[in-house]
Order: sequence, then C-alpha cells, then structure tokens
Amino acid sequence: MSDNRTIDAVLERHGRDGTHLVQILREIQEQLNWLSPATLTRIADGVGWPRAQVSGTAAFYSFFHTRQRGKYCVLWSDNITDRMLGNTDLMDAMCKKLWLEPGRVSEDGLVSVNTTSCTGMCDQGPALLVNYRAVTGMTLQRVDEMAELIRRETPVAEWPADWFAVQDNVRRAEILLAGNFAPGSALRAAHQRAEVDGLSASNNRSFRESLPQGIAGPMAMLDEIQRSRLRGRGGAGFSTRFKWEACRNAPLRADQERIVVCNADEGEPGTFKDRVLLTSYADLVFEGMTVAAYAVGATRGFLYLRGEYRYLLEPLQAVLERRRAAGLLGKRILDIPGARFDIEIHLGAGAYVCGEESALIESLEGKPGRPRVRPPFPVTNGYLDQPTIVNNVETFASAALVALHGGDWFAAIGTKQSTGTKILSVSGDVARPGLYEYAYGVTVRQVLADCGATDTLAVQISGPSGMCLADDEFDRKIAFEDVPTAGAFMVFNTSRDMFEVARNFSHFFAHESCGFCTPCRVGTTLVRNIMDKIANRHGSPYDINELFKLHRLMQGASHCGLGNTACNPVFDTLNKFRPAYEHRLLSLDYEPAFDLDAALSEARQMTGRDDAGAHFAAHSPDEAKA
Amino acid sequence: MKTSDNEVSAQANAREARVKADRPAEAKTSDNEVSAQANAREARVKADRPAEAKETPTFLLDGEEISFTPGQTIIQAATAHGVYIPHLCWHPEFKAHGSCKMCTVKVNGRFGSSCTMAAQAGMTVENRTTELDDKRRTLLQMYFVEGNHFCPSCEKSGNCSLQATAYELKMVSPHFDMFYPDRAVDASHPDILLDFNRCIMCSLCVTASREVDGKNVFSMGGRGLLGRRIHISSESGKLADTDFAATDRAASICPVGVILPKRKGFAIPIGERKYDKLPINRQVTEVTP
Repeated sequence: MSDNRTIDAVLERHGRDGTHLVQILREIQEQLNWLSPATLTRIADGVGWPRAQVSGTAAFYSFFHTRQRGKYCVLWSDNITDRMLGNTDLMDAMCKKLWLEPGRVSEDGLVSVNTTSCTGMCDQGPALLVNYRAVTGMTLQRVDEMAELIRRETPVAEWPADWFAVQDNVRRAEILLAGNFAPGSALRAAHQRAEVDGLSASNNRSFRESLPQGIAGPMAMLDEIQRSRLRGRGGAGFSTRFKWEACRNAPLRADQERIVVCNADEGEPGTFKDRVLLTSYADLVFEGMTVAAYAVGATRGFLYLRGEYRYLLEPLQAVLERRRAAGLLGKRILDIPGARFDIEIHLGAGAYVCGEESALIESLEGKPGRPRVRPPFPVTNGYLDQPTIVNNVETFASAALVALHGGDWFAAIGTKQSTGTKILSVSGDVARPGLYEYAYGVTVRQVLADCGATDTLAVQISGPSGMCLADDEFDRKIAFEDVPTAGAFMVFNTSRDMFEVARNFSHFFAHESCGFCTPCRVGTTLVRNIMDKIANRHGSPYDINELFKLHRLMQGASHCGLGNTACNPVFDTLNKFRPAYEHRLLSLDYEPAFDLDAALSEARQMTGRDDAGAHFAAHSPDEAKA
Repeated sequence: MKTSDNEVSAQANAREARVKADRPAEAKTSDNEVSAQANAREARVKADRPAEAKETPTFLLDGEEISFTPGQTIIQAATAHGVYIPHLCWHPEFKAHGSCKMCTVKVNGRFGSSCTMAAQAGMTVENRTTELDDKRRTLLQMYFVEGNHFCPSCEKSGNCSLQATAYELKMVSPHFDMFYPDRAVDASHPDILLDFNRCIMCSLCVTASREVDGKNVFSMGGRGLLGRRIHISSESGKLADTDFAATDRAASICPVGVILPKRKGFAIPIGERKYDKLPINRQVTEVTP
C-alpha cells in the first residue's frame, strides 16, 4: 500500500476528525515508521487544520518522529530505579555492540538507542521500549542477543516472547487487588438501589432542585459516593462526590454531552499500579467508569492510556468488546431505557504533562498537551467544552466497589479523612518489589518491613513531584492528612547517593516541561544545569542559593503543577541530605564558575608554551607565599 | 482618551468572544463566557442591594483604589487606569495567553497571573513590590539567556518590549549562563525577515494571524526549552511558502525583533524611538502598533 493510501485509510477510519489527531499521527507512524513533511501536509489537509498546528502537535510528543528514525528505535527507561539496576552500563554496552552514539541514528538508518522517561516497569527493570513495545528485565546477555537480532534485521514480532512479558507482582491485596469482582455486579447493585430508574433524564439541570422520575438511581449512587467519602487517587485527593456532582449540575448546551475520562497516563516516575489494574482488573476500572457515567449522566467515555502501555491497547479493546456483548456498555446498558455509555481508548505519545487533567483533555482533542488556564474547570468546560470528569484509574476501581458494597462499607476502611485503600508501587532497594495494597493509615515503616527493605536511607513518595522522607519520618502515615501519594514508593538504602537521585529527577523535569510558561520552561533547565555543575565538581554555595531561589520562583509563578513541584526533590534532599551536596562543592566558600587556568590550556597548546608566565597564577602556591 | 481606548478594547473582546462562541472546539472561550456570566450574576446580586447599587466595584492595587467593569481581568482594569503591570505576552487587543508570567501579582497574599484572573470587588492586589519585581527580573534574565538577544545590533532596539521592560525592572546583567541556542533565521519571504533568535514565545503572532488576518500562518508547537518554537504553515517550513503579507496584523504585532520588514533598517534613529522617549511604565494605555 502506498504511503498516501495508508494515510487516507487512517484518516477515513477517524472520520477526518482533527480532534483525533494524536491517534491519527500514532497510527500512521506505526505503519510508515516516521511522520515526513509530506505526511504531515496530507494529514493537515485531510482534517482541515492549519499545517503548522499539525506539525507543532507532532513535535510536542516525544514518541512522534518528524525526522527519519531508525528501523529499530530503542529507548531505555531512565528512572532512578532503572539506574540503580544498572541501565547506564547496559545501554553503553548496547551502543558499543551497535557502534552507536546515544541519540543518533546509525549511518545505515538501522537503529537508534536513547533514553526515555520512566516506562512504568520499576519493579522489573532495567526496562526499555523497542519500537514502542515494552521490554523488561534487561541483562547483559539480552543486550547481546538484542543487538544481534537488530543487526540481522529480525522483525520485533519475531523476538523472544518472554522479553515482552510483564509481571503483575501483586504482593499484598485488600479490596481492589482481591480479584473476585464479577463484571456487571456493581452496576446492578447501583441500579437496584432505586425503584424507578433510567439515564434518560440525565440532562436535568440540578438534581437537588427537582427530582423527576428516572434519576433516582444516579442520585442514590451519588449518595453512596458521598457516604464513602472517596477522594481522588491521582495524588491531589479531591472529593470525588464534589467533582461528580459539579459535573452533573453543569448546564449542557445543545449537542453537548457529559464526558467521563479515566486518566491512565501513569507518568509519575516510580508509579505502575494503573498498569496492573488495567492488565488484570480492567473490568473493575471500566465498571467504575460506567458507574460514574450513570451517576453524572455521561454518555461518552475515554480511557487515556499512556503511550508506554501501547501493548495493553488490544487486550483492553477486547475487554470493552466483551462488555458491550454482555450489555454492560453500549446503547441500553443492563436493559435500562436510555442508559447509553461507551468508552474509547486514546493513547498518549510520551508526554508526562498530559497527566495533568486539562493537558490530558487538550491531548484528547488532538492538540499539544498544554495545561489550560483554570478556572473554569473541566467539570463545567472540559472535553470540547463539555462537562467532564477526569479521575484516576484507581479512583474508578474504588468507585465500582462503592457501588457494589455501599458507601458505609467503604468508609469503614482506612482513616476518617482517608477512606478505603491505597495501592503502592514499591520499587528500589527492597527484596520484593511490586504492588502493595493497604488500608489508608499504614506507616511507611510497616510498608518497608513488608517489602523487605533493609538499611533504608530514604523513601521518595509519590514520585519526583512528591516528597522525600528520611528515616526519622518513617512513622508517618500514608494518608491524605499526613503523607498523600499517587502511589509511587521508591526505596533507597544507605549505599545510595540522594544527590544523584535528585539530579536524575531534575533531568526528568527539564525533559518533560511543556515549555508554555517561562519559569518552568527555563527554570527546569537551569536547575538541571546547576545539578550537573555540582556533579562535575564545579559547584559552590552560590549554586545552592541559586537552587533555592529558582525553587521559590517556580513554585509561585508556574502555570501548572509540573513547574510548581519540579524543584521538590531538590528542595527536600537539600534540606534532609545536605552533606550529599556539600561534599561535591569545590569549596564551602564562593568560587568562580570555571577554572581560569584550565581555560588557558587551549591557548598554551596553540602557542606551544607551558612556562610559568603562560599560567594564571592566582591559585599558585608561589603567589600564596608572596 | 483612556475611555475610548477601553471601549475599543472592550468591543474587541466582545467581538472575539462572539467569534469564538461559534467555534465549540475552542474550549477556553467559554471559560470567558462562564466567568462573564458569574460576574454578571455577581453584579446582579449587588444591584439588589440598594446601598451598593450605584457604586462601581473596586479593588486595591498597591494601595490605590481601582474601579473595574465586571468581567475585566486585573491587568485590564489596571491598564484602563493607566497603571502599569509588567507584561510581555499580554496585549490589550487579544485574549490573554498567560505564558510569560511577568504579570504575576499577589492577590490576597497568593500568586496569580493578572492577565487571566478576573478582578473582584474588595480584593487586595500587590504589584510593584520588591518581592514581585525580583521575581520578574529573574524571569527577564531567563528570557535573555534562553534566546540570543543582542540589543546593540537589533533593529527593534528602542521599540522592544523586552528591552524596555528590562530597563524598567533595572536588570543589569543576564545573571545565568547563556544557552546560546541554535535558532534559524528565515529570510525566504520577499518583504519580511524572521529572526527567531529573539523569540520570547508570547504567541501574539499566532493569535493575530488566526483572529485578525484569518490565515493561521503560525502555530506554537514542540515541547520544552529546546523543542518549543513557532511552526510555520507550509511543508517547507518557510514563510515564503505561506500567504503571509507585510500588511498582516501579525507582521506588526511582535513585541521583540522576530518579525521585521525588509529594507527598512533603522528608519527612525536610535534615541528617537518609542521607549527612548518615555519609559514603558508611562505608555500604558497605548496599543503597540
């Protein structure tokens, strides 16, 4: 099939709808390997959008290639946990095997090797993506074998299947990971709470003002959510009931509908619980989304799946198909008149910022994932300006259980302010990495004991944007009122260097800043450069002060949470592990940014001189004596 | 003078809101509508209270009482009073972009962008405090190191918002290490030169081309410090291959020296240019030509 026919077929499948642009770009790239200027022009013409907007969007996402890429594209996951498992040496070995410089396509156009942000395999790293398929558990032997397969140009589909095996590693289960959920049971339970029911009246302005027949079920569902005191699992802990009620009460204009979005853009380094929920508990998640649609009166749903989890697309579509066949999705759910709801899956393409809900919505609309100015919030003006709820995967899974067992049952688990359970993604220096589900209120110490962590120096909770806890804080509790978390739990033992941890995170934020606002666009790179300067032993206390100054600016002035939290790991480690920085400083007094004498070396080389007069003498012992 | 300027910009805003309302995909438009509705509601509520019925709502800006029309943002209200809030990406003729963060103020003790925050009665806004100007100076220094800015040889010197703002905030050095990015110059167009070395990513050319010229010549694309840049709507990426014209609004909107007419170098001598005559803080109600 010629390129143009390939492009047109994809465009047709998406109805030439520009809001599907991210999906169109991905599907075309999967077939043509890259997005050439001619391809972008044809796509722009096809969807009727300005070409600059199409090329600007393609350039926004890390996984889109607007320059010819290698036939094999290898991207090593570069989270700190991958580093601790030796990914740097393995990647070097691979580059040597393939005669490659990192980041460069080989002369023959065969292969490129580079790093990428955390791919969500921290419990089974070192991990990588090869042509955007996830590979886990890399070893030196696998590097050799993989290099050989690449050299022989063996198609990725024919590579050993066990390289692509992804383990669930469920170590501790409470309610969510128990795995005994019967598809449809939560919806039936929600429906049966009301005698007269249906979704047809879902366009009602405010259910608190009037209660027409037909929405008793959704009302009862919202009441259960209220009783459960469920809060968002994405980290911020916003009340689920408030969000859902605000969406339900938001006015609809003609031709509008309410939207339910499941945020599975699990980009926070060190987090991988959503990957497991979607691998082995997808029915629970989809049922939670359907329950939400039922409660707020939504008719359209999206699962925004991060590009790193591309391999989950077909299995998830099969689950959706099965649910449609079982009457749990589609036009007449559970045979309730007017109960209409369906779910589409949209894949991300390598952009951490899309985990921010308004950036995610922008991406769903086919645009660069740039956080919107808020207010207004998505509950009133979300996807294509329609009332939209965006919740985390785990929130929907929890909501399904609230529908099934009731709010009181749920609220009895956990603490008063943090009801239910939290799934922790445990990785790093532990004997048993994987998923641990606890009722809220568990201490950090308890988790460390359960996962077999010894000699623990620090725990990074909720990823780089979260907080770093030192050993005198291990009795603190995982709960919204003490240590809130989106789920990451990265453990570092006393052999680790917390400066290097923070430096890894500073590189992550510099790579992931969307570039919209000045403080984050420039600030994240300045922070990264200062951290590199300290690592290269050119730092001085001046640089420490600069880090604090940038932290204060970015925290107050940035447009979204990415810039606001980007300095957290640096700030925490500076406060709690100051010696890790100080032993690298050139001196504890102020020092020039570079070595004047070393800067003269080129001139000395050119003039062939190396006498005393050709040296900058400020620091020479002679001068000190004089 | 001030009043008529305001009316013009209010009309422009209203026109923009109408235009945008016809395009449901533009999510942010209705943000405006919603906040306008909220403000209108608030105004009605106030009208019901006879004591306040005739009073125009006001807020405090650095201790000065500023009256405003419900629906105005803080910077719109300040501008209407001739009060300068430093800014780069905001332009009175267009909907706020909110990216430069130069207009960051403190509202009741919390940081916020004055170009996107609606003015509300009774709020206390800090603007030209040492704390805020320090932050703004750092932001300016970020601009100067992320691009390649050589004022002495720049045709826009004296007419440049970035330069004038740096004078206003007494920025005496770029402070940080220069990045010296590799940015392209596009001289393909017969009448216009594009020098992206000076781009501050304000997106004003994008907005002007879309909303005034109806052309969509530019789009802000890519990601991050190195990736983010203006994309041009042609397969070659060259301006010559678009329908851009020197008479476009977008051709005169650039606050810095990216979009320049060819063959018109230094027509007005340095020393007699816009900000040579008066500092930027005293040219508040004027609209950039």
